[in-house]
Amino acid sequence: MSMHTSRYPGYDVLRKRDTPSWDEPTRKVIKERLATPSDPRFLDAVQWRALEALCACIVPQPIDRPRVPLAGMIDMRLHANAGDGFRYARLPPLREAWRIGLAALDEESKGRHELPFASIEPAAQNALLKHMQHGELASGAWQGMDPQLFFTHRVLPDICGAYYSHPLAWNDIGFGGPANPRGYVRMYYDRRDPWEAVEAKPGKERQALKENRRVR
Amino acid sequence: MSGDPQHEPRGKNGRAPDVLRVGGWMPMREYPQNEAVDFAIVGTGAGGGTLACRLAEKGFKVIAFDAGAWWRPLEEFASDESHQKKLFWTDERLCDGEDPIKLGNNNSGKAVGGSMVHFAMVSLRFRPEWFKSRSILGYGADWPIDWREMWRYYRIVENALKISGPVTYPWGPKRGRYPYRAHELNAAAMVLARGAEEMGIAWSPTPLSTLSAPRGLAHPCAYRGFCVSGCSTNAKQSTLNVWIPRAVKAGAEIRDLAMVGRVAVNEAGLCTGVDYFREGRWQFQRAKHVVVAGYAIETPRLLLLSANGRFPEGLANSSGLVGKNFMVQSNQAVWGLMDEEIRAYKGPPSLAITEHWNYADKGKDFFGGYAYMSQGPLPVVWTLTQTKRGLWGEALLKEMQHYNHQVGLKMVGETLPQERNCITLADEKDAYGLPIARVTHAYCDNDRRLIEHALDFMGKALDAGGAKDIWRETDDTCHLNGSARMGSDPRTSVVNADGRSWDIPNLWICDGSVFPTVGGVNPSLTIQAIACRTADRIGVLAARGEL
Repeated sequence: MSMHTSRYPGYDVLRKRDTPSWDEPTRKVIKERLATPSDPRFLDAVQWRALEALCACIVPQPIDRPRVPLAGMIDMRLHANAGDGFRYARLPPLREAWRIGLAALDEESKGRHELPFASIEPAAQNALLKHMQHGELASGAWQGMDPQLFFTHRVLPDICGAYYSHPLAWNDIGFGGPANPRGYVRMYYDRRDPWEAVEAKPGKERQALKENRRVR
Repeated sequence: MSGDPQHEPRGKNGRAPDVLRVGGWMPMREYPQNEAVDFAIVGTGAGGGTLACRLAEKGFKVIAFDAGAWWRPLEEFASDESHQKKLFWTDERLCDGEDPIKLGNNNSGKAVGGSMVHFAMVSLRFRPEWFKSRSILGYGADWPIDWREMWRYYRIVENALKISGPVTYPWGPKRGRYPYRAHELNAAAMVLARGAEEMGIAWSPTPLSTLSAPRGLAHPCAYRGFCVSGCSTNAKQSTLNVWIPRAVKAGAEIRDLAMVGRVAVNEAGLCTGVDYFREGRWQFQRAKHVVVAGYAIETPRLLLLSANGRFPEGLANSSGLVGKNFMVQSNQAVWGLMDEEIRAYKGPPSLAITEHWNYADKGKDFFGGYAYMSQGPLPVVWTLTQTKRGLWGEALLKEMQHYNHQVGLKMVGETLPQERNCITLADEKDAYGLPIARVTHAYCDNDRRLIEHALDFMGKALDAGGAKDIWRETDDTCHLNGSARMGSDPRTSVVNADGRSWDIPNLWICDGSVFPTVGGVNPSLTIQAIACRTADRIGVLAARGEL
């Protein structure tokens, strides 16, 4: 879990939903994303548990706000079988890669700790993922898929890409979010339009909080 | 508005969507399948869409096919990176080789209008010498076209799209002022300018295909910054809202959601039409000429898929070069942090450019050139950039907190043609039952030296521009070119200067795959210029009875 306090306290991009920064197609798309189910459509219960634990490691979400339903977003994508438009020839297709990868993660965990990935301590989870990242896993459960490639080309882009497509994550980084038709006017250094997030400068957090509540 | 454009064709029943009006339609001519049209064009991007327009305006009977949907930007483009993946070619392809490339977003489109629907609007001319890079600069291959002729066509395309750009462009022969004024710079562009000035090189506002003043029903750019996710205001001037509406008005028919799977050839070795999949079934359109314009992966794929008893190695392939000499452009970057707030998400992503290293030849230990531009990645693209350097967990979240202070310089670098970089057919099949493309790519030593030079120079320029904590993004490519090159010798090229196949006189290619070399600039302007030239040449040949 992340202990960082937001650089943009009180900023909520959803307050702009009914302003000229959002159009109807965008409202519809974001509404669907906010309604992402938090139970699986595609994965089974065992795979789902592993995925939830994996997501919590890759993106340790702030504890002072609702969580982005990351596992649900990945599961929805697998359900739709929405590929990227390419894959490295050494990786199997999207669904197969995730099926193999989640099962192998549990097997690697059991081999070390006699427990599935979701049941081991966060420190042990992170250690295992570092092994995966550095190409140090070799269980037969990978069925010939390169664990390092799976980590760098499926785990990281799929999970992190999903996370930063969610308005809650936009709030954390002060992104302006949807911008049609209003767009922006002030393009110069250190300038913000009144409908953009206010960054909290040291010692000015309360002021930023107050101003961000008016941003819309 | 009508139906789901990804499941129900819109170019039907005598009408086409008028993308400039909410819910609007315009009349569209339709041609019967059993009557041979003059030209069946496969693809409606920068090559095919432009060519369809120019041929129709000359009075030819034209049908252009596109596998993708006919979108209405004003009603159907969300301000959202993820949702707008619907504009990308997301059918599977396999990537291998020593340096496998990534596809599917910045370099592939599946929509009427092709990848110009989500292109970054950067509209640059080739350096004149590049058209004779073998003879003059000592690398690559010569184009069979003179640069002065190309520059006339560049002007035509710039006017057609009302490119916004500076009064005086710092590099190359005089070109006159751009049709529309340059856009103002955002902070990210100012960092490029500051860095260039410190380094003692020229910079310029980037010539961009987005309006800086009203044009007809389209408004000037509102600086919303979602350009590479599709423009929902029509400020972006593209095939979708410029060339294709013109084409339809001139009598061309556009068939959307129509995937061409084979170019048919008769006993005499001439094309007779195309097999295409639309509305749940394979259909056949007769044509006197076929133009393949599917960009540098789908074009060779279709030529290879169309192999038959007479042409067992695929169409137009007597040279054996169909699919070979596939070129990307190196797209590496340097990134850093500014004390100031930059908020690079505002405005078109690449408002400032330097082409210094496209035009300077001294001080290089490599052939070719590169441009670099300021950047404006939105959050998803930005996090994918961060994950490429292995960041995740707390480290990733901490880095992402700096989003509004990040600034970067990204290159568009020339890579050399190599036969081993190629498009071939894989065993795996797609949803249409057709073998998918395998894309094999490796940099050569020259490419690596060019990239190293660029990363080193951009790093210094970013530092001089005031950034700190500078790091390198070492793995990215953009654009696809060169897999069916043009030339003046049938043994070493697939088509001639007019895009006409050496082997099959009524088969043509019109897209980035005809490039013999790729240069250090984004290719869309050159593709459109070639399309305009090909149309004029076809007009001349027809008048002479040589079609």
